[in-house]
Amino acid sequence: MTRLGTFPLGTILYATLPFLLATGLAGCSDSWNTPYPGSDKGANAVYSAFSERPKHLDPARSYASNEVEFTGQIYEPPLQYHFLKRPYTLIPLTAETVPKPHFYDATGKLLPDDAPSAAIAESVYEIKIRLGIRYQPHPAFARDAAGRYRYHTLDAAALADKITLTDFAYTGTRELTAGDYVYQIKRLAHPGLSSPIFGLMSEHIVGLKQLGATLQQAARTRPDAVLNLNDFPLAGAEVVDRTTYRIRIKGKYPQFIYWLAMPFFAPVPWEAEVFYAQPGLADRNLTLDWQPVGTGPFYLAENDPNRRMVLKKNPYFHGETYPADGDAADRQAGLLADAGKTLPLVDEAIFSLEKETIPYWSKFMQGYYDSSGISSDSFDQAVQFSARGEQQPTDSMRDKNIHLITTVAASIWYVGFNMLDPVVGGLGEDRRKLRQALSIAFDYDEFISIFLNGRGIPAQGPIPPGLFGYVEGVAGLNPYVYQARGKQIMRRPLADAKRLLAEAGYPNGRHAKTGEPLVLYFDTMASGPDAKSRLDWMKKQLDKLGVQLVVRGTDYNRFQDKILKGNAQLFEWGWNADYPDPENFFFLLYGPHKKVGSGGENAANYDNPEFNRLFEQMKDMDNGPARQEVIDAMLEIVRRDAPWIYSYYPKSFGLRHGWVHNVKPNLMANNTLKYRRVDPALRARQREAWNQPVLWPIALMLGGLVVVIAPAAIAWRRRERTTA
Amino acid sequence: MFAYLLRRLLYAIPILIGVNLLTFALFFVVNTPGDMARLQLGAKHVTPEAIERWKYEHGYDKPLLLNKAAEGSAQFTDTIFFKHSAAMFVFEFGKGDDGRDIGTEIRNRMGPSLAIALPVFVIGLLVNITFALLMVFFRATYLDLWGVVLCVVLMSISGLFYIIAGQYFIASLWKLLPISGFAGGINGLPFIVLPVLVSVVAGIGGGSRWYRTIFIEEIGKDYVRTARAKGLSELRVLFRHVLKNGMIPILTGAVVVIPTLFMGSLITESFFGIPGLGSYTIDAIQAQDFAVVRAMVFLGSALYIVGLILTDLSYSWADPRVRLQ
Repeated sequence: MTRLGTFPLGTILYATLPFLLATGLAGCSDSWNTPYPGSDKGANAVYSAFSERPKHLDPARSYASNEVEFTGQIYEPPLQYHFLKRPYTLIPLTAETVPKPHFYDATGKLLPDDAPSAAIAESVYEIKIRLGIRYQPHPAFARDAAGRYRYHTLDAAALADKITLTDFAYTGTRELTAGDYVYQIKRLAHPGLSSPIFGLMSEHIVGLKQLGATLQQAARTRPDAVLNLNDFPLAGAEVVDRTTYRIRIKGKYPQFIYWLAMPFFAPVPWEAEVFYAQPGLADRNLTLDWQPVGTGPFYLAENDPNRRMVLKKNPYFHGETYPADGDAADRQAGLLADAGKTLPLVDEAIFSLEKETIPYWSKFMQGYYDSSGISSDSFDQAVQFSARGEQQPTDSMRDKNIHLITTVAASIWYVGFNMLDPVVGGLGEDRRKLRQALSIAFDYDEFISIFLNGRGIPAQGPIPPGLFGYVEGVAGLNPYVYQARGKQIMRRPLADAKRLLAEAGYPNGRHAKTGEPLVLYFDTMASGPDAKSRLDWMKKQLDKLGVQLVVRGTDYNRFQDKILKGNAQLFEWGWNADYPDPENFFFLLYGPHKKVGSGGENAANYDNPEFNRLFEQMKDMDNGPARQEVIDAMLEIVRRDAPWIYSYYPKSFGLRHGWVHNVKPNLMANNTLKYRRVDPALRARQREAWNQPVLWPIALMLGGLVVVIAPAAIAWRRRERTTA
Repeated sequence: MFAYLLRRLLYAIPILIGVNLLTFALFFVVNTPGDMARLQLGAKHVTPEAIERWKYEHGYDKPLLLNKAAEGSAQFTDTIFFKHSAAMFVFEFGKGDDGRDIGTEIRNRMGPSLAIALPVFVIGLLVNITFALLMVFFRATYLDLWGVVLCVVLMSISGLFYIIAGQYFIASLWKLLPISGFAGGINGLPFIVLPVLVSVVAGIGGGSRWYRTIFIEEIGKDYVRTARAKGLSELRVLFRHVLKNGMIPILTGAVVVIPTLFMGSLITESFFGIPGLGSYTIDAIQAQDFAVVRAMVFLGSALYIVGLILTDLSYSWADPRVRLQ
């Protein structure tokens, strides 16, 4: 009897023992629910998350934002964007100055700075780097007493106990040289790295294409050999002296300067490649692609992309200081409080893998993450609109001293028309009017309100705000879709769209001669319940004109394939700026970059000779009134031709806790972690206050179990007695 | 017994080849090597030459199954299928498209998967069997009726609901445990409790009802009547006789999953941030990383075959009448 009565209780105790033990163990720390057990609560650290593990951390390969979030803090290209200044301004990082290109004609004669583009055969950038910059500590640099590298000739026995980089007893460093930059430029052509910008750069850097072919040939001839890039010269990148290197660019390419602020052009020490190329290291995931070696303010101290990644302060960092030249608004926002202080301002940054939005948001609200984005699910909890329609944090957020950060992204979403399509494409007047009619009918003001919670602004053209060429207000409206009412910008009435549709040969959405309804096809990668409501909305927009829209949902691969082959009619796509120059958006509409045939980025296959001519003129111009004039003319052409429906410029919303300082959205810079400052004491207090465990549910649960078990035990005893 | 085992292991070879071939065919029906290259290289500035280079570097520039340009056996060996699949039979999985060694990843991730799956399996089995036996003990009473109703209710709720509710109440509202994450060693214990608790509760409905059905069937048999007639207590009847005789169907379901516990749980690991093999598989599918998908399917199949063999062995252990020949 006793055994039967105790068995379920024993099971229950057994089942709850880990829970009690775990909560008891957790109870030894500050909070039971802390996701950082055993960590120093007063650490001067940033706590953040990543939702998708990075694929590559090699500066020749990493391009995605979740990769550059790490490489940007570790590697140092010669230039960087000023943290506070707007418009975005390039300043030196490891370079002594921002280099000015020298122009040469085909005979090698130096040309003046204002030489016409057609006369320029080559642009030469000579970059001088600062002295005294050193790499992070790394075993690749470790030398013995005789000056030999300790870990460049490891055999299997020496590697037996080496699982991570911390298993190497010795580390070393060395000074950065110009040769490291040249080495990295050569790496862009390495066939084994598949650098995403090799194709683009081989069109610009002298000899890079040939180097790629040479390296590919060498790799095919000796597939098991390690290519020593120092043995392969590159005409377009050469070392001048220990601290100076030179890059030769074909013709004039003013936008190249922006690439010099990206990790693609950061230095890589040859020692690191030699070290990682040793047999056996790649099997332990010890590769340059996963264990970066840089000169930046942080180094990757812990690299477990399946769980967490930790950046720690580089002890050899070269002592950059916080900028002092911000404007009055920056001063008012407290962004100049740390002016002149040595960077970085935090000792480490802990990034935890957080795939799902619910745990991410919960941990942010519990104070375990310093900042967070805002998903649709938590938008109402986080943001409210003032009487004037301005977004602001809700009262509950303000009570917790959580701040809202908003910024318009340097991005655009658009609906593209395939200009090769016989129904919607071409530059004829009727097709143009059809596209203009559809542009009016798609009410993206409504879309932003319904689906984006106001997180976007209607686009007036391909150039987003913040970039040269964008014109604010009524002066910058798209007259084919919008009209001005005083200072207000209003979408044109549907009657205008109907008139244009009729003039295009489709009165009331039917072909004027055959009477057949106009049916258009929309290709999209969107799927799922959220997408369905959006797609229904799109159909509804054309219903207003009597035009039928057939949605063809497809996966990413099929979508890409359709666009590549020109098989789509209407499609939705977007673009994020690589750098703050209008060329980076206008080139999406440049005829020679058509997707069909050339595989370029012009997905709409738009090809207007006048636009192309102006593009070629504009891309080589310096910012100023003359360039603005050309841009205005280009905008007029693409607004009139309407190869895209300019949907919206997305607006990003984020939240930060009150203990996080020096946060100013910088859409171009990827190395802003070094400016971040936190107040660890305040964070610890807040975490403790917000995470007091609620214990009554445990008592209730145990009580509930007793309530359930007791009648059962009584009933059992009765039955046993009855039977007896 | 040995001959039986050997025969079963030999049977496994064509099964694994078939699974491999099927995975290969299914994957490449929806993805071309060009698609894989585009996904890996990103959406920007990708030229056709870059795609060709990626395919060459990753060995996807060859024909899929038959190389007509080659001669002799190279027609079959100089193909994507052979180059990427042959080494798997000696458990050489190669590298994923992100360059990381798949074997190392599997070794690293097996522990976290087991840390969740093993307690869920053991505790779940104990709780379900106990609950089922209690329902059988109180059969035809209100306790049995409400027990079954409770099981049906628990079965009817989506697994995702348990996760979200568990995270909301226990971690978010009551702040008793971390909502997600993982740590090694003793520090990992707080992270394990919630997913284990949620998984066990989510499995009670189905498991208990299934075991109840088995035990109800057993309890009507002659040997039970005989045991009772001998004056044995109901406890001994249930836990000594009914449980043992009901083991065969339980073993069928339970033993077969033991080896596959290594593979982890796709949804649980993803929601609770457990860096196990389940989330590895999900990530690989989303990233269209054929090398990882193929390795995980192969490993899952191999472990399932091992599970089936273990099940057969356990039959002969649980029921001496069963002979393996």
